[in-house]
Amino acid sequence: MKGSLISSFKSIASGMGILSRGANPLRRLGDSVFAFVVFLAAFAVIILMALMVYELVRQSLPSIEQFGVRFLISREWDPINNVYGALPYIYGTIVSSLLALLMSVPLSLGIAIFLSQFAPRWLRAPLGMLVDLLAAIPSVVYGLWGIFVLAPFLGKTVEPFLADHLGGIPVFRGPAYGIGLFAASVVLAIMITPTISAISREVMANVSRDQKEAAQALGATPWETVRMSVLPLARPGIIGAVILGLGRALGETMAVTMLIGNVRQLNVSIFAPAYSIASVIANEFAEVTEGPHMAALIEMALILLFITLLLNLLARLLVQRTGSRAARVKGRP
Amino acid sequence: MNEEQAINGRLQMQKEEDYEAAELAPPAARPSAPTHESMGEEATGKASRDRKLYSGSAARRRSRNIRSRLAYSLCALSTVIATVPLLLILFYVIYQGAGALNLSFLTDLPKPVGESGGGMGNAIVGSLILIGIAAVIGVPFGVLAGTQLAEYRSPRLSWVVRLLSDILSGVPSIIVGIFVYTLLVLTFKQFSAIAGGVALGILMLPTVARTTEEMMRMVPDSLREASLALGIPRWRTITSVVIKTAAGGIMTGVMLATARIAGETAPLLFTALNSRTWPTGLDKPIASLPVQIYTYAISPFDAWHKQAWAGSLVLVLIVLFLSIGSKLYFGRRMKRAT
Repeated sequence: MKGSLISSFKSIASGMGILSRGANPLRRLGDSVFAFVVFLAAFAVIILMALMVYELVRQSLPSIEQFGVRFLISREWDPINNVYGALPYIYGTIVSSLLALLMSVPLSLGIAIFLSQFAPRWLRAPLGMLVDLLAAIPSVVYGLWGIFVLAPFLGKTVEPFLADHLGGIPVFRGPAYGIGLFAASVVLAIMITPTISAISREVMANVSRDQKEAAQALGATPWETVRMSVLPLARPGIIGAVILGLGRALGETMAVTMLIGNVRQLNVSIFAPAYSIASVIANEFAEVTEGPHMAALIEMALILLFITLLLNLLARLLVQRTGSRAARVKGRP
Repeated sequence: MNEEQAINGRLQMQKEEDYEAAELAPPAARPSAPTHESMGEEATGKASRDRKLYSGSAARRRSRNIRSRLAYSLCALSTVIATVPLLLILFYVIYQGAGALNLSFLTDLPKPVGESGGGMGNAIVGSLILIGIAAVIGVPFGVLAGTQLAEYRSPRLSWVVRLLSDILSGVPSIIVGIFVYTLLVLTFKQFSAIAGGVALGILMLPTVARTTEEMMRMVPDSLREASLALGIPRWRTITSVVIKTAAGGIMTGVMLATARIAGETAPLLFTALNSRTWPTGLDKPIASLPVQIYTYAISPFDAWHKQAWAGSLVLVLIVLFLSIGSKLYFGRRMKRAT
């Protein structure tokens, strides 16, 4: 009776692998196969990035060899004679993104400070979620809304107002079309606000309480507390958040394509239509099949890829550093 | 009773709240925050800048408080301003879209210009197919890569993979589209649903990988140890204990990633292209909701604009359902876990 019990226990135990630890090659095989599969999946991310860079470089080589640096500074874009220069696109991309940052950064920092420092605790999560929802709206919907609601509003109200009051500055001169660089920038500003505010919010919330209490104990007002102890410690992370926002703005395609006007020109007025790298790719890429035109478009994609890679790398390192520094200051895990 | 005491009271309350949040008792030895007056008397030996700050006149104190309130209001105002576009967009999408939305919009094929009626049935089905293909590629790879990051501590590889997947999530989606175009469309000389799905799958990958990693890290080590102590091999421990425990969290990550790709248009423009018929095969061009909205939005026809609004309403409903749903679900889980 007792013997059978023990033997049945033994058989169960060996079935579960308890008594055969290390002795069962099948078991070790399972572990190493799984570890290998998991390793492959992680490695696939590295391969994917490398392959992406490689493919874009390979496909744009004809254009790089033919035009060299001229590609970046020439305004010509002539598919018939196969002469390509990207300057108007680069200009439109950079100006629209910088304008968007100009509008979005103060707003985003206000939101981040409010939601991480000032707002009553019960209000923080719901308000934060509302702001985050802006990021969930598809960019094509932003574009649709921009075409039919925002651009007419800007063209009829905001742009004439700016032209009347600030018309002395050439940037605000020119006919108010509605559709144009300015409309694209406004939509971009709305689209990158959740990115910038969410990351800065997190960085500010991570600033150690000791630092804030020190300021409060010295009699600082709530705003002085933020200015003296929160902002300086969170600064690298905030810069990182802004850079990430810039990266998003540079690569945003649909909303910009629908609003920027798609006119290849360099115009001082921000009300004028313009063009961007991502938009020209979206508009022309499906129609070309091979040859220098495609190489030129892919070279622009490559430029965009390198800029966003660089910006993202920088931003991540800054945010990471702020995180670890805040943790160090905090002194507890 | 003056403003100053009110401010001090507020600071004190704020501090108590902070302690509550961290479940810490305020250290008894810590002296309570001194008032402005006492600070002023004690700070006589401090630098002149300090003295200016603490022993200022009543007028100066008032101006500091006013400045603080002003900053508070400006920050609150920016939060309000940011929610305005959201509400406006939702309002217009519902207002314009609801009028054009009906059953035949959801089930019919698009009609040529001039004919009334028609819908985006094929685009909705196409979007579901594309999301399905994307999930088949993005989810397993993402979960496995996340498993590597969380369970196998190989610091150098993990650092690189983590950084790259963060960077990958910042790569503009149109570039992923071009990459898949050169990789698949040029090779097979065919725009296809597969190509579109692969592009979306690549976009899903980083989100799924990073949430999987985070969720698996939240699984307590005691569970792993208990399982290993029972003699269960490591891979079985990971698949049936760790992943199973983290499954809810991983699910929210997948939902968030799906919400992100459901509205993606740019990478589909030259991979899946578009189509005006029902999907016939995965190796053929396929319609999708976002591309159809784009095509209609930039067309010059009023009837098509209405359809674009209706399509946007459907798309926004899907995306908001996925992202709000996952956040609420996750929030509830977090509360239960703590």
